[in-house]
Amino acid sequence: MRYNERELLSLARQPAEKAAEILMRVPKKGSVLKKRLVKLVVNFLFYFRTDEAEPIGALLLEHCRITKEEENVFSISFIEEPERKYCFECDSEEQCQEWIEALKRASYEFMRRSLIFYRNEIQKMTGKDPLEQYGISEEARFQLGTRRQ
Amino acid sequence: MKLNERSLAFYATCDSPADKAGFLYKRGERHTAYHRRWFVLKGNMLFYFEERESREPVGVIVLEGCTVELCDSAEEFTFAIRFDGTKSRTYVLAAESQAAMESWVKSLSRASFGYMRVVVRELEKQLEEMRYGMAGGCAGGCRGSPGSEKPKPSELERSLERLPALPTVLPKENGCAAWNNASGVDQPREASGCGGDAGGGNLRPPLRPPLRPPLLPPRRRAASTEVGSAAVESPSSFCQLHERYGREVAQLRREWLEGQRGSRP
Repeated sequence: MRYNERELLSLARQPAEKAAEILMRVPKKGSVLKKRLVKLVVNFLFYFRTDEAEPIGALLLEHCRITKEEENVFSISFIEEPERKYCFECDSEEQCQEWIEALKRASYEFMRRSLIFYRNEIQKMTGKDPLEQYGISEEARFQLGTRRQ
Repeated sequence: MKLNERSLAFYATCDSPADKAGFLYKRGERHTAYHRRWFVLKGNMLFYFEERESREPVGVIVLEGCTVELCDSAEEFTFAIRFDGTKSRTYVLAAESQAAMESWVKSLSRASFGYMRVVVRELEKQLEEMRYGMAGGCAGGCRGSPGSEKPKPSELERSLERLPALPTVLPKENGCAAWNNASGVDQPREASGCGGDAGGGNLRPPLRPPLRPPLLPPRRRAASTEVGSAAVESPSSFCQLHERYGREVAQLRREWLEGQRGSRP
C-alpha cells in the first residue's frame, strides 16, 4: 500500500502525547524484547531505536486492542489478527497503566464515539444540538448510527 | 519505516462508517494524467482504491498537517492536498461536480485528529459545566444559545441527576462507549432539609438551575455565596422546594439506575 511516508516521518517528529523508553517485542518469530523509544502522536504509535532520529516503525491505532498482560506488560493487537501482539514491558505497573489508558483513548474512532456521546447528552439536557452553533451539526463524522458509503 | 499495513487495509475496508466516500480523479505524481479512483475518508486517513469493489486500497494519504486548497487548473473541479516542506508531494484531485468538490474540500479540511479533539474537548467542557451547574462566574457557560435561555427548572435538574459520570472508562470492543457510573451511586444528593450549605439557593431565573445538591465541589461554594443570602432570607420555602425536588430526583435516579442495569450486556 502506498502512503505518504515523508509526512508520516514529519508527524513522528511532532510533540508527543506520551513518550518513553520501553522494552518492546514485535510479533515476529524469534523476536525478543528490545529497548525502544516509543512515542504516541495523534493516533499513531511510533517506535525508534533509542539513538536514532527516524522511527523504525509506526502503528496506526485504529481498531486495536490494548491488553494488560503480566506484571508491567501490555500488548497491542489488531482486531483482524488478535494473536499477533506487540508487547511492551514497562518499568512499573503505574507506567503500564498510564500507557494502557493513553493508548485506549488515542484512536480517532474513540474520539468520535466520545463526541457522539457528549453531543447526545447535551442534546438530551438542553434540547439543543451543541454543534449547531459551530455550523457543523450536519457533518457526517459526527452522526450517530451507521452511514452508508 | 514499517507500517502496520494489513491493519490499515482492514480499517479501510471494514464496515466502520466512512466519513466520506466517492470517485475522484487523482493526478499522477510524475505524469499529469488523471486516474479515476474510489476514495474513502475515515478519520484522518484518506484511502484510495482502484475500483469501488477492490478488496485492498492502492494507497492512503495520512492527512495530518495538510492544507486543502482549491486549484487553479485547466481541469474542472480540482483541489489539492498540500503539506509543509519543500520535498512534500501535493496531491491534486478532481471531483465530478462543483458540489462534490466543495463537499470533499470541506470534509478533508476537517479531517485532522486535532480538529476532532478540539470539538470533543469543547463538548466535554460544556457537559461538565452543565453537570456542576452554572455559578455566578460562569454565565458564559450558556454561551448565549437561545434554546437554553429558559430551561424548565425541574427538567434541567432531572437531567443533571440523570447524568452519569463523564466517560473515564474505556469503550468496549463492540464500539459502545462505556462510562463509569459508580460515582452516580455514591453521590450524596438525597434531599435532607436545608443545611448550612447555602449552595443551592439560586432562585434567580432562568439561566441557572434553581437548585443545588447539598454538597458541592469546593470551587462552587465560593461562587455560590453570593446567592447564599437569598436562601437565608426565605429558608422555609427553600427547604420545602429542596425537599420536593430531592424526592423527585431520587426517584428518577433509581429509575435510571434500574434502566442501566437492565441494558448492560
